[in-house]
Amino acid sequence: MRFAKLALAGLAALAVSAVAVPVLAQEHGAPAGETGHAAGAGGHELMAPAHGWHHEEFFGTFDQNQLQRGFKVFTEVCSSCHGMKLLSFRNLGEQGGPFYEARYPNPNDNPAVKEIAAKYVNQIPSIDPDSGDPVKMPAKTSDRILGPYASDIAARVVNGGALPPDLSVIAKARHGGAAYVYSLLNGYHTPPAGLTVAAGQHYNAYFGGDTAASWSGDPRHKPPGGFLAMASPLATANVTFDDGTPTNLPQMAEDVATFLAWASDPKAVARKQMGAAVIPFLILLSILVFLSYKAIWRNVEH
Amino acid sequence: MSGPSTYEPKSGFTKWMDERLPIIRFGADLMDFPTPKNLNYWWTFGGILAACLAIQIVTGIVLAMHYVANTQMAFASVERIMRDIDFGWLIRNIHANGASMFFLAVYIHMFRGMYYGSYKNPREVIWILGVVIYFLMMATAFMGYVLPWGQMSFHGSAVITNLIGAIPLIGEPIKTYLMGGPAIGDPTLNRFFSLHYLLPFVIAGIVVLHIWALHVPGNNNPTGVSVKDVKKDTVPFHPYYTVKDGFAIVIFLILFALFVFYFPNALGHADNSVEANPLQTPAHIVPEWYLLPFYAILRAVTFDIGPIPAKLLGVIAMFGAIVVLFILPWLDTSKVRSMRYRPVARSLFVVFAFASVGLGFCGANDPDKFVFNFGPDKVALVYTDTNRQPQREVSDDYAALRARQSALPPTAGAAIEVQSEGFKWLWLSQILGAYYFLYFLVFLPLLGVIEKPKPRPASIADSVRKKHGSATPAAAAH
Repeated sequence: MRFAKLALAGLAALAVSAVAVPVLAQEHGAPAGETGHAAGAGGHELMAPAHGWHHEEFFGTFDQNQLQRGFKVFTEVCSSCHGMKLLSFRNLGEQGGPFYEARYPNPNDNPAVKEIAAKYVNQIPSIDPDSGDPVKMPAKTSDRILGPYASDIAARVVNGGALPPDLSVIAKARHGGAAYVYSLLNGYHTPPAGLTVAAGQHYNAYFGGDTAASWSGDPRHKPPGGFLAMASPLATANVTFDDGTPTNLPQMAEDVATFLAWASDPKAVARKQMGAAVIPFLILLSILVFLSYKAIWRNVEH
Repeated sequence: MSGPSTYEPKSGFTKWMDERLPIIRFGADLMDFPTPKNLNYWWTFGGILAACLAIQIVTGIVLAMHYVANTQMAFASVERIMRDIDFGWLIRNIHANGASMFFLAVYIHMFRGMYYGSYKNPREVIWILGVVIYFLMMATAFMGYVLPWGQMSFHGSAVITNLIGAIPLIGEPIKTYLMGGPAIGDPTLNRFFSLHYLLPFVIAGIVVLHIWALHVPGNNNPTGVSVKDVKKDTVPFHPYYTVKDGFAIVIFLILFALFVFYFPNALGHADNSVEANPLQTPAHIVPEWYLLPFYAILRAVTFDIGPIPAKLLGVIAMFGAIVVLFILPWLDTSKVRSMRYRPVARSLFVVFAFASVGLGFCGANDPDKFVFNFGPDKVALVYTDTNRQPQREVSDDYAALRARQSALPPTAGAAIEVQSEGFKWLWLSQILGAYYFLYFLVFLPLLGVIEKPKPRPASIADSVRKKHGSATPAAAAH
């Protein structure tokens, strides 16, 4: 009987691990690919800043200054090709967002958000009420953060056939999340000798793909990573941070990766905070119910 | 076992009501239902599952208020729920993780039924209704997974509908009806949404039948010995089991909450955060974890048998793995219910449980990848020789092969590739899949004949007394 209990307990543990392990396998052993799916790190350990990712910790939060810096990198660099169409400007001023201020509970009143929307470079397609002609209007706080291209086809024409993906959920859509974005932006290494890089392509040690076809050496030692149409976006970028943080590639990459992680799941902090109330409540409740159980069953042999 | 009703209407209203619609009597009898007093915590998963179904229906109804079943808008509408709807992120995380929790609970519930022989005479119909619920759950979960219209949603649904297309004669028309046309698109998404809303209520209806059927013979119990004396062997369901199930439900909710609040995407797949694109197939398509064992069985069949092609055979094996559950009550020929008293069956059951979980791992991995490698990778030189025959030379030494390659004429089309050898996931899934079917179709029927069971306690009260070492049974508290 003891054996049966052990076996069944083992089974339960296995059932739980059956949930956990494929998940972990999917998280880490991710296969590579183009933009159509969640590319992995090309079989390569992802990079992280020395102090890790604070927002990924159990009670981790976002540093608002860092989110603002990340958004600045996005507007000054990324947004020349990429949009974030699942976000509206007002989202930036919501609780937990880069420009949230307690005195503007309605983010549409937030002057910082209004200012960002008003001067956004990628204006919103509209129809001129006087002439009926298609025009571009300055964005309002309720508008979506659109990319610069009128269509996917237009985007491909300009980018050598490649489509710059929308960045709204990019951290959620890539194995490794912020670490993937950070590694990719830092991963434009000089191609090793023996690796042929096609015109219009760029070698990145963390991009999902396969270098085998372009590698002339021992196939067992092919370089990690793959090729992508985007050149290192931060190599020549020079974003001046308003808070005085020194501008360098790893800093810009970390900030924008953190901003994109926030944008992928803007309710993450609220979620973890609610969990910190719900789970202790449930534990307390379980103790009370357990005591009731003991009290009710006290005279029953079972 | 339910016996005559013990309910006595007391007030004027309850008396009046009892003569017209005895629903209060119904509820009172339900609560008073005599339940074996030796049920262990494995029996709490029935209550947990009822909670899961309620949670899925309530959160699902709210989600349906905001979801847009349109291929152009579905993905964004789900993200809008996560971002702009008040507590939408909470409701959606509960619903998405709730599916996993539901399956976790149903698997434990089913393994419990198998271990303690809860499917045996006179409980065959309870078991069959349970398998029907399980099958409907899989259909509902599959269709629900398509709704967010991510890459895995789209390509997963393509794999499943193609499977149905592999069935001879009726497969193609069923596939077309399921997809609402020749390809997956808006009609597919709309009917999946419609059915995903409908099926949970069908499940709820069958749950009623499942509980009704349970209330005819009453609960099985860990000894498998039938209730002999209702007074000595049982306690009323309420408050004894409401409080015990209640405790188990709260513990289960803690695990549930851990996923919802701290690991909401851990059970999902990053590919499903990429909007569906029919033109780009993900590198490997995997279903949700709870369907992985069946996916492994499907892919384990890589050989034709006679005129039946491997693809159809895989589909037959996959559906067979579920169909075999329906006839389980008759496959197990043993008269002894609980495997506590069946030493051989118990060992084989433990192996079966491990095999089932192992199949899940096989389903998650690429069948051509290796569980473990036999040795370090080698390199192979492949080329066409002067007789136009393909040649393959394997070596550890890359430089030597490189020299051989440059010595060959350009017409040989020589190339060097990695040659690795190892134990394939495919082979593991074939071994475990074979065990899955052997257990049901060979071991269980045979064991009933050849196995010598251990002595069983005379009654539930007796088994409880032995456990506590007391000479006389303590009085039940009521």
